[in-house]
Amino acid sequence: MKRKETATVLSQDYLGEDIYSLWIQTNQIAGDAVPGQFLSLYCKEGTRLLPRPISICEIDRENGRLRLVYRKVGKGTEEFSKLTAGDSLDILGPLGNGFPLEGTRSLLVGGGIGVPPLLELARQLPGEKILVMGYRSQTYLEKELKETAPLYIATEDGSKGTKGNVIDAIRENHLEGDTIFACGPLPMLRALKEYAEEHNMEAWISMEEKMACGIGACLACVCQSTEKDEHSQVHNKRICAEGPVFNIREVTL
Amino acid sequence: MSLKVNLAGVALNNPVMTASGTFGSGMEFSELMDLNRLGAVVTKGVANVPWPGNPTPRIAEVTGGMLNAIGLQNPGIDTFVNRDLKFLENYDTRVIVNVCGKTTEDYLEVVERLAEESRVDMLEINISCPNVKEGGIAFGQDPKAVEAITKAIKEKAKQPVIMKLSPNVTDITVMAKAAEAGGADAISLINTLTGMKFDIYRRRFAIANKTGGMSGPAIKPIAVRMVYQAAHAVSIPVIGMGGIASAEDAIEFLMAGASAVSVGTANFHNPTVTLDIIDGIQDYMDRFGFTEVSQIRLD
Repeated sequence: MKRKETATVLSQDYLGEDIYSLWIQTNQIAGDAVPGQFLSLYCKEGTRLLPRPISICEIDRENGRLRLVYRKVGKGTEEFSKLTAGDSLDILGPLGNGFPLEGTRSLLVGGGIGVPPLLELARQLPGEKILVMGYRSQTYLEKELKETAPLYIATEDGSKGTKGNVIDAIRENHLEGDTIFACGPLPMLRALKEYAEEHNMEAWISMEEKMACGIGACLACVCQSTEKDEHSQVHNKRICAEGPVFNIREVTL
Repeated sequence: MSLKVNLAGVALNNPVMTASGTFGSGMEFSELMDLNRLGAVVTKGVANVPWPGNPTPRIAEVTGGMLNAIGLQNPGIDTFVNRDLKFLENYDTRVIVNVCGKTTEDYLEVVERLAEESRVDMLEINISCPNVKEGGIAFGQDPKAVEAITKAIKEKAKQPVIMKLSPNVTDITVMAKAAEAGGADAISLINTLTGMKFDIYRRRFAIANKTGGMSGPAIKPIAVRMVYQAAHAVSIPVIGMGGIASAEDAIEFLMAGASAVSVGTANFHNPTVTLDIIDGIQDYMDRFGFTEVSQIRLD
């Protein structure tokens, strides 16, 4: 069940390259959250009206805590980056649908700011897992990811791991599996779609789009669906409500 | 003291309703609030057939507001009646169905279909959407067209008809009078103001449709002025909207002559803001010793 709460900031750390890590204390939201879901974060500055959708990176259900790892890309996330321990933060969540927690030999593939939701997924997903993460140059969450499964890294500048993108890393290391779980930029998702079809793999992807309400009412964040969608009665699915996680065959990238 | 208002013969528990397009049919918000507390739920625009809407990105934030070009995506009247209206059967709040179309016939098809639906208390006719090429705004910027479509709809409608007016006109009073002359039972304004935003670093339009309708607190003074002008130009009730985010904002519209108000973009910033606004209007009336909402009006 989704709820609006005022959370308390527990800590905030800078991870480099404009990426920040925020731990927050929630009342009930952490208890309901699953990997792949997101929160709406509301700005305090009144001229910024729209909530920012931020994926959940870690869930500490027992203590009611959530970790959000996000990139500072504009004025809203800049405001969040200045939060410190003890500050309040209005949030709505958990929102959307998470990844299916089924897999026997899974490839978890993240690119850029698509890496964070895969950490909690790596913890909760059963079966064999291999992680493939793509970065610009500097890595983040590397230590936490390594603790869950073997980790392969691709960097655009070749400063670590495979020089290139996650597909290059998958091919270079001959990584195999039966299911892909992915979050990252659209070109990466398109490449993975092709790869999954080539290798007859199942694939689940997390999508993003500009959002307003975050709960399925405003129809801002749609993506194109391959079949007519039951809710919209057209070839559109709401990323915030039917997604953000989709089977790759459900959507047109 | 009573918050009840009478809108063209329809009794509302309070003057606060949702603005079309920001609240769906209430289903999603019902998880977060009690819809029965609202004066009315105004649904997202529905057409005779499903509409796919515009490409994404469909929205962009601007200082104190947002631009949207959803393009009136809707599931069509069949799904709307069977799903959305059925859902609203569970509530006793008033239901105002917003109707959109590309031609007069499209509008009439929806209006006739809704005539037998007892759950529908009023119709709001969208002749002012800036984001669809045909229909919508094409009707709303020409007084003769406003009067003609109002007349055509009034002939078929079984529920009171609210004509939703565009602010993208030179003189709002001309459009308000045209709707009144066509037989409208009420008018609502303002719809969004046409705007544009660029993403200067990616070097592209911020929304795929290039232009979008601007809403949010930044447009409120314009909306208050237009509601004031319209309310003094016609004798039918006016529903005021445009940037309402607090009870104070809503009270300005009531002072300007609105009989009721709609809350739109603020629902995105705070999903339960409508409830705060209802409570705030009550506190204001207590403070000034008003017993009726209409006493808030300042002439």
